[in-house]
Amino acid sequence: MELLRTENISKSYSGRMILRDISMHLEKGELVSLLGLSGSGKTTLLNILSGLIRPDTGSVYLSGAEITGQPGHISYMLQKDLLLEHKRVIDNVALPLIIRGMKKEEARKRAEPCFRDFDLEGTQTLYPSQLSGGMRQRAALLRTYLGSQGVILLDEPFSALDMITREQLHAWYLDIMSRMGFSTVLITHDVDEAIQLSDRIYLLTGSPGEIHHEIRVDCPRNTRQDFNLLPEFAAYKRQIRDILQEAMRTSNAAG
Amino acid sequence: MRKRSENIRDKLLPAGAFALILLIWWALSASGIIPGFMLPSPWDMISALFRDFPNLMTHAWVSIQEAVYGLLIGVLLAFGLACAMDRFGMLEKAVLPLLVVTQTIPTIAIAPLLVLWMGFGMAPKITLVVITTFFPVAVGLLDGFKSVDPDAVALLRSMNATRWQIFRHVKIPASLPFFFSGLRVSASYAVVGAVISEWLGGFEGLGVYMTRVRKAYAFDKMFAVILLIVIVSLLLMKLVNVIKTAAMPWLKYRKETDGTQRKTV
Ligand SMILES: Nc1ncnc2c1ncn2[C@@H]1O[C@H](COP(=O)(O)OP(=O)(O)OP(=O)(O)O)[C@@H](O)[C@H]1O
Ligand SMILES: [Mg+2]
Repeated sequence: MELLRTENISKSYSGRMILRDISMHLEKGELVSLLGLSGSGKTTLLNILSGLIRPDTGSVYLSGAEITGQPGHISYMLQKDLLLEHKRVIDNVALPLIIRGMKKEEARKRAEPCFRDFDLEGTQTLYPSQLSGGMRQRAALLRTYLGSQGVILLDEPFSALDMITREQLHAWYLDIMSRMGFSTVLITHDVDEAIQLSDRIYLLTGSPGEIHHEIRVDCPRNTRQDFNLLPEFAAYKRQIRDILQEAMRTSNAAG
Repeated sequence: MRKRSENIRDKLLPAGAFALILLIWWALSASGIIPGFMLPSPWDMISALFRDFPNLMTHAWVSIQEAVYGLLIGVLLAFGLACAMDRFGMLEKAVLPLLVVTQTIPTIAIAPLLVLWMGFGMAPKITLVVITTFFPVAVGLLDGFKSVDPDAVALLRSMNATRWQIFRHVKIPASLPFFFSGLRVSASYAVVGAVISEWLGGFEGLGVYMTRVRKAYAFDKMFAVILLIVIVSLLLMKLVNVIKTAAMPWLKYRKETDGTQRKTV
């Protein structure tokens, strides 16, 4: 079942085109990555999907209904965890519910059982500054999950973490996605991360950014753990690297 | 451990400097280098303070009321104006330069005008305190609102938060440290502002007491009332600090940056 779809999205800033004709979709339960080099317009695209900015042309649909330029439908975790230092962890993660008009006590009650699922048991009454990097990230993910109606947008959520923490979080994230049954659009510039996590990868290349390649990663969730040690993983990596290098060559030749 | 010894040192140093100044002062007056009627010894000052204590307290109470009412009204006005300026950029552009100009007008120059307009009661004194305390708070708040991380605002907007919700959950908390720095400055101005306006007319207050003892050349009482003003100002600033700590409980945990207090993944 298709949850999220964009049709021919384009966006320019002061005459310079950043994104051109972006059409993509997200199926229920899927994790789809947008993989692109720095500055290729990934964040701009998520800002459009989340309704924070309007595209110049094109539309965004959630479960068939148009939501172009309307925030509040899709939960979005920006490039930083953006936990509010003055709120305790429980009030941070319950924030989207409070924004939606829920009473504070009720919102806390809703959030409470998720702490176990997100490996955050015991942090409810702490302040964000008391958490480790990995915990902060999981708290921000929990906040995003609680605000979501099935679709989550993530802008490079794992890039600031060290390698071990990142790998742990990767495995954990796939697991929690399956358990809680939500779907994800993930931005990354890390090829390994994209292959490790994604069901499909959209390659955002060129300037303006366009999607010319879509790669389906065939590997069931339950065998993902050591996927990066298998030859298939290396083959995907080679394929993607070749495409990115080719795209860079043509853009250099053009510019 | 290191932190603790630093803490002690930080308290000992100013205390030592203070003791030294007292000592020099005492030496100057006791040795007669400066005649006793012009520079009373610290001891004369303290004894004047206690001899006239009930009377001083009556006057202090009036000044404190003026200072606190003025400060409260000043803070409320500052809050209202800062919010309005944050909401309407045009207003900030129009009003902020005017505010800066008003700050260059010496308090002592407006005080007589206020007395002429409003009489000898509390009103002109409170008004003067409002005028002097308003600005640091307003500017502090405005800076605080600007210090907000635009990404935090974007996050709230992505949740479809209203302008008021963004204000309440992000902007106000982020501006609190700036607000309290401004408030501390204002608190220190408040008592002085009240006293200065009392010089220029009135029946009660530490400023009135000051003009009376000056006319009587009672230098010991003059020094005593100065000491009292300092104490009251310090107490008011201390009160602001207590309120600040209570209002921002999360700051207590900021300092634990050595990692040992943190939970691990
Ligand atoms: N509000 C804006 N006004 C003008 N230009 C912008 C704006 N936002 C983004 N851009 C430009 O659009 C381009 C793409 O930016 P974007 O942040 O979407 O890239 P990105 O792929 O997320 O990069 P990174 O990997 O560094 O996060 C950049 O060249 C950037 O300078
Ligand atoms: Mg980005």
